[in-house]
Amino acid sequence: MSKGKFTRRGMLKAGAASGATLAMPTIFSGAVWADGHTGFTNAPGPDSVTLGFNVPQTGAYADEGADELRAFTLAVEHLNGEGDGGMMNTFSSQVLDGTGILGRRVEYVTGDTQTSSDAARSSARSMIERDGAVMISGGSSSGVAIAVQGLCQDAGVIFMAGLTHSNDTTGKDRRANGFRHFFNTEMSGRALAPILEGAYGNDRVAYHLTADYTWGWSQERSMRTYTEAMGWETANAVMTPVGAGDFSSYLTPVANSGADVLILNHYGGDMVNSLTQAVQFGLRDIVANNKDFAVVVPLFSRLMARGAGSAIEGIYGSTNWHWTLTDAGSQAFVRSFGERYGFPPSQAAHTCYVQTLLYADAVTRAGSFNPCAVAEALEGYEFDGLGNGPTLYRAEDHQCFKDVLVVRGKENPENEFDLLEIVEVTPRETVTYPIDHPDFQGGALGTCNPGA
Amino acid sequence: MEAIILQVLNGLDKGSAYALIALGLTLIFGTLGVVNFAHGALFMLGAFCAVTLSRILTLSFETIDPTRTDFLGNPMTVHTPYVEAWFGEAVGGTIIDWAVPLAVIIAIPVMALIGVVMERGLIKHFYKRPHADQILVTFGLAIVIQEIVKAFYGANPIPTPAPEAFIGSFDIGQILGFDPYAIMYPYWRLVYFFFSAVIIAAVFAFLQFTTFGMVVRAGMADRETVGLLGIDIDRRFVIMFAIAAVVAGLAGVMYTPILSPNYHMGMDFLVLSFVVVVVGGMGSLGGAVAAGFLLGILQSFASMSQIIEALPGINQVVIYLVAVVVLLTRPRGLMGRKGVMED
Amino acid sequence: MLGLNNADRKLFLIVVCLVAFAPFILNPFPDNVGMAQFNAGYPDLMQKLVIFGIFAIGYNILFGLTGYLSFGHAAFLGVGSYAGVWMMKLLTMNVVPALIVSVVVAGLFSLLIGYVSLRRTGIYFSILTLAFAQMCYSLAYSVLTPLTGGETGLTLSLNDPRVIGVTEVDGNIPVPHFFGLDMQSAVDLDVAGWSFTFSTGYYFAGVIMLVAFYMSVRLFRSPFGLMLRAIKSNQNRMSYTGLNARPYTLAAFVISGMYAGLAGGLMVAMDPLAGAERMLWTASGEVVLMTILGGAGTLIGPVLGAGVIAYLESIISTINDSILHSWFQALPDSLENFLVTILHPFVGHGWHLTLGLVFMGIVIFLPGGIVEGGRRIGNLFSRKKADDTETAPEPGE
Repeated sequence: MSKGKFTRRGMLKAGAASGATLAMPTIFSGAVWADGHTGFTNAPGPDSVTLGFNVPQTGAYADEGADELRAFTLAVEHLNGEGDGGMMNTFSSQVLDGTGILGRRVEYVTGDTQTSSDAARSSARSMIERDGAVMISGGSSSGVAIAVQGLCQDAGVIFMAGLTHSNDTTGKDRRANGFRHFFNTEMSGRALAPILEGAYGNDRVAYHLTADYTWGWSQERSMRTYTEAMGWETANAVMTPVGAGDFSSYLTPVANSGADVLILNHYGGDMVNSLTQAVQFGLRDIVANNKDFAVVVPLFSRLMARGAGSAIEGIYGSTNWHWTLTDAGSQAFVRSFGERYGFPPSQAAHTCYVQTLLYADAVTRAGSFNPCAVAEALEGYEFDGLGNGPTLYRAEDHQCFKDVLVVRGKENPENEFDLLEIVEVTPRETVTYPIDHPDFQGGALGTCNPGA
Repeated sequence: MEAIILQVLNGLDKGSAYALIALGLTLIFGTLGVVNFAHGALFMLGAFCAVTLSRILTLSFETIDPTRTDFLGNPMTVHTPYVEAWFGEAVGGTIIDWAVPLAVIIAIPVMALIGVVMERGLIKHFYKRPHADQILVTFGLAIVIQEIVKAFYGANPIPTPAPEAFIGSFDIGQILGFDPYAIMYPYWRLVYFFFSAVIIAAVFAFLQFTTFGMVVRAGMADRETVGLLGIDIDRRFVIMFAIAAVVAGLAGVMYTPILSPNYHMGMDFLVLSFVVVVVGGMGSLGGAVAAGFLLGILQSFASMSQIIEALPGINQVVIYLVAVVVLLTRPRGLMGRKGVMED
Repeated sequence: MLGLNNADRKLFLIVVCLVAFAPFILNPFPDNVGMAQFNAGYPDLMQKLVIFGIFAIGYNILFGLTGYLSFGHAAFLGVGSYAGVWMMKLLTMNVVPALIVSVVVAGLFSLLIGYVSLRRTGIYFSILTLAFAQMCYSLAYSVLTPLTGGETGLTLSLNDPRVIGVTEVDGNIPVPHFFGLDMQSAVDLDVAGWSFTFSTGYYFAGVIMLVAFYMSVRLFRSPFGLMLRAIKSNQNRMSYTGLNARPYTLAAFVISGMYAGLAGGLMVAMDPLAGAERMLWTASGEVVLMTILGGAGTLIGPVLGAGVIAYLESIISTINDSILHSWFQALPDSLENFLVTILHPFVGHGWHLTLGLVFMGIVIFLPGGIVEGGRRIGNLFSRKKADDTETAPEPGE
């Protein structure tokens, strides 16, 4: 195995503390021996740097977590100069040279979020306290992202969010040490509305089924705002318990409600079940208000959509990234991921890979692992070549602004991965919202915390 | 009115799943006195019998089609199921399409075998152990089974559609004299309801009208005395365990088109089925079935938007609320017998 | 001394030593060897070990003594956590008010649920407690979000009032402290290859656990404890003697609920976030498993059980393939790959599998839990009969 040893915080220190045979008490987090880079939590030693990848390995999102972990592994290999370099070759910033980050070999530790805020925080803490991770990334739900982001802020490390779609991550709960590349429900609403208007007209009545937790509400609010703005009415919005399994009792009232569009604000297993069952109940075959009934899934995940089988055909939704994109960055990533693992990457994998590269790049440009220096390098950073076109990391809320994909379930998939077709690449200007947008109020970034 | 009829149908459908799982659970409780936390896993294994059969039926040989390319631009590999190659595309396709109903035939021996192995290999040694030990060991077993399934099939739900013939909805309303399209119900859910009714009836008939069933019922009532009569009750209990496993498994097989199976679906149903059994009353088969349907129907009504508006969150807690009310008004559930699992 | 008999005093002193020297005991491997992966001497896990220890000690007072199997104790822990975070949001970051309020709120809550649930016995009692806890969880996750933070959990924010304390420190949220003693601070000690971490939070929680443990020993030995055991062995006979068992069981229920609240309060004192998942039925199940695994009704068993489960969850789940490869680096490639393939399903994403196997293994081979297993092994070597009667190998039903 060419990976090299798995070093940990103590080992890094052991190098520095060599010669000291007796007890040498030092204050935690005051790692004073790293070459000039001091004064922040888990300052890496001269040889290696440890990143923490915190993904769901058990529970309903385990497959998504596994895909994220594949992307992280690939990113680390590319940073260390192994493999074909992937998107490092197409990235607009060319400071990464395959020698790790700032000359330090990149190593990583992994943990299981269990898709629970408690477990995710505990696992992130162990990476920071035990393994000396200087950056945490990953996750597959907004609750976890917000919880871990808060922890990283307090501990003084950088958090590069994985898949998290709720507005709150960079809205109410935004923190100075946290950064999100993934899009959010506001962007989904802005991108989807014009396409839905084009496909279904502006005289429609929508019925929402909403997963009863923060992300679901956020998604419903954004969809209502933008569909109502173009003239749609909202017949009803019903909350469904997370993991309900059988949605029949929520679906049967829809047909006779006077609605002609069903919007499923569900994700993951809920989305698979509610969509499959909506099709079983014949909702797509009926005619309401003299129009063909339509179903919309605002946030699509290709990995999960597989579970719904043929039910997704012709259904509109939005996604952060899709492997059929033809720009050089996406192609390079799909090639490198596909050759390594034998299947194309998911949007979760893409965002995690990109976040890792962005972090490495920011450290290199800043010349330091200090979270405050990294944050400064990321704030207001404009880049390209990572699969989403020109992208801006907005300084005020640490949210990436980039193109959003509107997709539709493919009628005749050519292979098992070819489930979605891109209908529209909504340009960045359309999905950019002002910093004082009312849905994003109630919190503040605060100041960056280096932890020392 | 239509809305209420529809919710009753939903409730019957949900209830039949609850009743089937609870039936097996209470059989094991009643006959063996074992608290089986692995019962949800049996339901899940049943569902994966269907998945496995459809995987077997779609076992394919690969040919390279140079005219098409895969996502990396290499020549595409085309998979042709053996079944289609042997029987022709039409017949083969139909066989694959009917994977779920066919899985019922496979699931009966498979689940019975799993049941016997589980009972002989593990549960048998725990008859005389405290309930706490039984919980610990069966919970451990449930986790192990779950993780093995996850290792083979991943964590995402796997689509297992019903046969083409059962796709679509049946217009019940028209028969009852409502407007067309007022009460549409998917064929498969109707099938599921009738299937459950048949299974439940079969289990009851078996226990009621066979000598075997009579001995088992006697054993449930008073195990020691039956043992003193020189009847080998243990051997019969193995068979009961196998029957319980088969019932849970069949509930799982037929449920797959309604709920795409995933590895943790058993845990999701476990707590619910315990609540159903207890609300019905420990050791009462009739109680379990009645409670299953009751909770199913109440849960469906609680999901109506008019009711959620009046009582926010009621759809989340209705099952537990009903459980509390029933247990406080009827000390042993709906039809429980005195002295079973009360100490 | 301390009002304990000889055996109990010995046990208590052992526990004191274990808690005091845990940073050494849990870090047996030098930092630069592959086995260091198994080191558990870092603050998060050490704190978890003692906090779950408190939770399990409290649970054991109910389950171990009276035999009432509650499947809803996580609700009290959750309620305690929420109360604690609210204190930190509204009042001060000092952990003392948070802990007091956690215990009081959890106590009141358990009084209410216990009063209703204890009207039934056996499995009917278990399902009642389960139902209450599941209702708490579902509502906390959804409609009660303004109060509980819902999916994200209840977190501190920069706009909290904190009337006695400070709202923010340099644009950051202040950390929990005990009269100025920062819960998240720690001191490292490097000796040769070893690195030992002494966390303030851990020692704070550890002292509280010792107090909790001491109180439970006293309770086990008291007439009240005897009464509870009588309820377990035969409630009918007790009622024939004219004694009403209900007040005693209710008292035990509330005490164990307060222990759970204390554990919940300590959790947020160490890491100020309260998630709804800690009220889920699996969390209630976890404390049942901890208690049975260690040995229900024994004094030290629940603490050991809590340790084993928390350790497995934290350590096994972080082992990934590259760590496996690094362990067997010295071996020939084919053997290395073979061993990695064998171990792969049991670690990282497969830690649940290991947990399930441990549950089965312990209950099959060591009936009565770790303590009973340990005693049997002990008896093999010295044929001396164990003399303490309280650790009777009678796990409750």
